[in-house]
Amino acid sequence: MVMVRNNSIIKVRNVDFYYGNFRALMDISMDFEKNRVTALIGPSGCGKSTLLRLLNRMNDLIDGTRVKGEVLFEDRNIYDPGVDPVEIRRRIGMVFQKPNPFPKSIFNNIIYGPRLLGVTGKGDLRDLAEQSLKQAVLWDEVKDILGQSAMMLSGGQQQRVCIARALAMKPDILLMDEPTSALDPISTAKIEELIEELKKQYTIIIVTHNMQQAARISDYTGFFYLGELIEYSPAEKLFTTPDVKQTEDYITGRFG
Amino acid sequence: MSTIQMVSEEEVMGSSSQGKAISNMKWRYFKQNLFLGVVRLSALIIAVSLGGFLFYIFVNGLGAISWDFLTLPPRDSMTKGGIMPAILGTVYLTSGAIIIALPLGVMSAVYLSEYAKEGPVVRIIRIGVNCLAGVPSIVFGLFGLGLFVVFLQFGSCILSGALTLGFLILPTIIGASEEALKAVPQTFREASLALGVSRWQTILKIVLPNALPGILTGSILGIGRAAGETAPIMFTAAAFFTAKLPASIFDEVMALPYHIYVLATAGTHIEQTRPIQYGTALVLVTLVLGIDLIAIMIRSYMRKRKGW
Repeated sequence: MVMVRNNSIIKVRNVDFYYGNFRALMDISMDFEKNRVTALIGPSGCGKSTLLRLLNRMNDLIDGTRVKGEVLFEDRNIYDPGVDPVEIRRRIGMVFQKPNPFPKSIFNNIIYGPRLLGVTGKGDLRDLAEQSLKQAVLWDEVKDILGQSAMMLSGGQQQRVCIARALAMKPDILLMDEPTSALDPISTAKIEELIEELKKQYTIIIVTHNMQQAARISDYTGFFYLGELIEYSPAEKLFTTPDVKQTEDYITGRFG
Repeated sequence: MSTIQMVSEEEVMGSSSQGKAISNMKWRYFKQNLFLGVVRLSALIIAVSLGGFLFYIFVNGLGAISWDFLTLPPRDSMTKGGIMPAILGTVYLTSGAIIIALPLGVMSAVYLSEYAKEGPVVRIIRIGVNCLAGVPSIVFGLFGLGLFVVFLQFGSCILSGALTLGFLILPTIIGASEEALKAVPQTFREASLALGVSRWQTILKIVLPNALPGILTGSILGIGRAAGETAPIMFTAAAFFTAKLPASIFDEVMALPYHIYVLATAGTHIEQTRPIQYGTALVLVTLVLGIDLIAIMIRSYMRKRKGW
């Protein structure tokens, strides 16, 4: 199933993905819209996280994996031999399921990436940290304790540090792998509001187990089952009048 | 009627199986206490023998210790004077060994833990490292003699001895470093790589700093071992007696463990030098324990700071 859109930033074309001999994704083709939130949903093991990690080549880090097909980012296949995955990951940031700040101060967490990229001016780094933390709606909570270890923060704050850290690299796309599944409802609500705000500047692709969350925050939703993309539509349509029976069964809680 | 019968039957069965359970419990308690006793005894034996050994060295060696003993060279066929050249020699040899083995060992560990894919090559390297750890130290000494002293013509000198000791402690450093690297959470690496930071920079900026306490501990334990070894330096670096201090790394030196060995077995005044032997042993043991203590302090300091 191909869904071609006008303003897509990243295009997946006939992608198969293998862990050893296990085929985790089957002939996936889908376009992701710029400045929109796209949610990937489906039961555990359906391949949604695999697809997400394929978009910034994080799956490269797992031994014995193989990709067939193309992932076009700005009309260039990111799996071409000449493409540097480090460059891809700079432009396509990622936030993980479990908050994973470095055991460094909040400030040093945020500027870790930019500093290695060559941003060295003290003022520049401070501005960048402030800007990123404001974007992640964390600035007011931490502006007086920037020198303290990020490990001291609550789970929800840590996750926003991780988002700010990703934003500090000024990526085009932000991938989020179940970013709220380890958080309490209040922190979850904050992150959801944040996502709403961030899509003005960034393209967001989010994997979630929580269907209400997908319905609340996403503009487009893709439903995966056993490695296949079953249905991919505007969120409103997918959650109200799905085309496929399997999608309906899943979103109404008949399986999953 | 039938209900009453059932109840009574149950009671009978219940009490008999209960009795069995109680005797079973007693037996289990006995076994538990026995085992606990054996474990405690083992720990006690080790603590007592270590304590006794240290006490013995301390009591016998203390009399020999004086400022002159620590700062003067031996004289009168080593029956009088101090052990300063030996202390200095041991410091040179162990520093040399660590300067050689630390970079080599840490880099090997980084390769094994961060880059190498599991396979026959890595398995062979790992077996090699483990074998190296099990090689008797005298074999290292002979190897050093063959390679550095004779073949490379360094002669018996600090360089040859430090290289030999370096190889001796290499497996300790590789092992400790690999463990320390593996203990760094995978999520740190993922977080860094996902930011578009290269693998090498991730290792340099995230993995190695977080593995540092473990690496340092292992290395310092290695230093302790190098300081105490006699066999590897016997043919490669240690002098029977030399009053002059080394001018370069191509000079022979005296060393504490070898000095004890010489005084106790090869000298002409073995009985007369007994106090000096104990004094030298005390200095050596203090040096090694002091180094170990530093390792423990560094580790606990860094553990407090690391926060994961």
